[in-house]
Amino acid sequence: MRREIITSVIAIVVLTVLLGVVFPLVVTGISQVAFPGNANGQKVYVHGRLVGSKIIGQNFAGNRRYFQSRPSATAPPNNAAATTFSNLGPNSVATKQALAANIDAYLKLNRPYDPGLTVAKVPVDAADTSASGVDPEISVANADIQAHRVAKVRGLSLTRVDGLISKYTSGRGLGFSGEPGVNVLELNLALDRIGQGS
Amino acid sequence: MTFTGWLTIVLFAVILTALAIPLGRYMAAVYAGERTILDPLFRVPERLLYKVMRVDPHRQQDWKAYAKSVILFSIAGWLLLYLILRTQTLWDFTGLNPQHFHSGTWDVTFNTTSSFVTNTNWQYYSGETTLSYFSQMVGLTVQNFLSAGVGIVVAVALIRGIVGRSGKSLGNFWFDIVRTILWVLVPISFVVAIVLVWQGSIANFSHYLVAHTLTGGSQQIAQGPVASQEAIKLLGTNGGGFFNTNSAHPFENPTGLSNFVEMLTVLIIPAALVFMYGRVVGNRRQGYAIYGTMMMMFLGAVVVAYIAEAHGSPAQHAAGLHTAVIHGSTGGNLEGKEQRFGIAGSALFDVVTTVTSCGAVNSAIESFTGIGGAVPMANLSASEVIFGGVGTGLYSILLYVLLAVFIGGLMVGRTPEYLGKKIEAKEIKLVALGLLITPLSALFATALATASHAGRQSISAAAKGGPQGFSESFYAYLSQANNNGSAFAGYTGYIQPKAGNLGAHGITFADLLGGLTMLFARYAPILFALAVAGSLAGKKISPAGLGTMRTDNGTFVVLLVGVVVLVGALTFFPALLLGPVVQGLTPHLYA
Repeated sequence: MRREIITSVIAIVVLTVLLGVVFPLVVTGISQVAFPGNANGQKVYVHGRLVGSKIIGQNFAGNRRYFQSRPSATAPPNNAAATTFSNLGPNSVATKQALAANIDAYLKLNRPYDPGLTVAKVPVDAADTSASGVDPEISVANADIQAHRVAKVRGLSLTRVDGLISKYTSGRGLGFSGEPGVNVLELNLALDRIGQGS
Repeated sequence: MTFTGWLTIVLFAVILTALAIPLGRYMAAVYAGERTILDPLFRVPERLLYKVMRVDPHRQQDWKAYAKSVILFSIAGWLLLYLILRTQTLWDFTGLNPQHFHSGTWDVTFNTTSSFVTNTNWQYYSGETTLSYFSQMVGLTVQNFLSAGVGIVVAVALIRGIVGRSGKSLGNFWFDIVRTILWVLVPISFVVAIVLVWQGSIANFSHYLVAHTLTGGSQQIAQGPVASQEAIKLLGTNGGGFFNTNSAHPFENPTGLSNFVEMLTVLIIPAALVFMYGRVVGNRRQGYAIYGTMMMMFLGAVVVAYIAEAHGSPAQHAAGLHTAVIHGSTGGNLEGKEQRFGIAGSALFDVVTTVTSCGAVNSAIESFTGIGGAVPMANLSASEVIFGGVGTGLYSILLYVLLAVFIGGLMVGRTPEYLGKKIEAKEIKLVALGLLITPLSALFATALATASHAGRQSISAAAKGGPQGFSESFYAYLSQANNNGSAFAGYTGYIQPKAGNLGAHGITFADLLGGLTMLFARYAPILFALAVAGSLAGKKISPAGLGTMRTDNGTFVVLLVGVVVLVGALTFFPALLLGPVVQGLTPHLYA
């Protein structure tokens, strides 16, 4: 018995060093060398200032010049240091109210530029909160609707904005896994670059 | 529903099977001590480990000795993890606590420690607001490996009992655990971790970033050594996320491709173990029969979940949303789901991690539709035998196999035997106890939690007034008893006003009840499984005769599915009806 206890204690300590120190250090070290951009969170800088991470959705605060991210349940929205689900159930009045509020905000923002827009045409990703609270992507249908507004406010042609949407739309993994999505931060950054160029 | 959605599901089943067969062959060689391609890499560290740990890997253990090693090893791991989590600030000198988080309270730490040591990874805490990188690596990552290892070796020991020829030995625990870690868990998680970083997962020790957003706000972005923990979290069917939103977080699961890889990683060992089993017992068809049973129930669950989620929820329809697939939009119930995974990628992930004891999530299960949410609960009700956790799934389904053989034997009026060994009263008593402990703990804890004021305070505010509240409580204890760890995450056991644990308090009732449920429902079945192994190991093998019931054909698969479904349904039907089924059948909204 005593011998077995000693073995257990030694085993735990040795394996902790091996699996809890050596293993993470090796993985992190190799990642830092092989994929330094990814390993450090795909940081995006503009004029030397960190503006976000390419794969973390950020809050564009209803600003009409920008494509808006999906609704987020974190406080404040898109808080990437305290992520959370909404945990709203399928049969709850609270869920319906939250959805109605999101739909309202979406219509208020976009209908002035897209008069045919109705509740029935709002894509689900624009009303439903994301899982992570920092979903970097929106659906193509969602982006197409917002394109009317952004093009008008920025004085760009719709074709040009649609071109940018296609450019920042990711495909499915291996052609089948997952859904296409438009990276909102990258798209907005590209729009800002046009503004500076012209 | 879309064609690509169904294609994803089919390809997943095909690729999983194609990968699991060779891995099963490899693992059979690992536990037999035969030569494998990784020997040049690990033979020396293996010998060193035995030397430092002062064990003789060739000393044979009977079931009691084997069980003793399992328990002592787990107790030592529990104590060290509790210590690490409770002394978080003491390790600041390592530089691995950049946010200077304090330790969590004793009750939530009891829950977390029990959770990780039992391979449950139920999380009342939120990773990025409570834990230092040190706690995540040196504490939790280690138990992700070790608890997975313990599950696997118990399955290996049970197999040895089944094939053993008139001896008592089940092998040696230390030999098995060292080989599991070095030959199986470390190399696969290493490869997966690197693949995840290639896809966009992070691996660093930086401070949390502060970004200046385009609209002039600021955004804090958590960092950390994510990839190394993510890989073993999935491979070991652990499921405890580095971040609160688990595999929904872009740093844990960045792309559609990474999502596919993560799902394969979860199921690969449970699937491979079944093929390994067929090889070791000398009749691969025995493995195929069990694999077929598991795959049938798995695909059934996926189909139901996908259809339910693609349909959308009553709340969406009440708000006026159209949930059909339209050009450029997934449609369906996207509440609590990520755009890049879509409906199929979320429904499949959900089933993958709830048939196994993984419990990782890439979407919010609580926001699933009624029927969509009933699927993970039904999976859990089957006591984690549809693939199940690493090891736990195999030893649990083998107990079911023995039960099915017994029932089949009674039906044809012969002494039941399995692979030439007579199944007698003693074994069946142990099997029945081993199988009933998990469901009974789940129901007992749920009853206690829903009937008491102390238990009800964990229910989230939005769910208090309807069947959702019951679903939350039921899911919590069902998940913890099955060592799964997924959640209707509105259920709370820890209240934290601000990041860093200062001023936080646990909900002691939920923390303790959950912790004790996990410990009891993990170790009691392990002891029964080992006792069955010990009892079988000593039995003589009699040659199969004409009247022997075959356990490797379609008839037996049907019998086995029937037994699993029946036991689960008889035990859990009332509870399932009260929660998710009510929600699934009504368009009514509850305030």
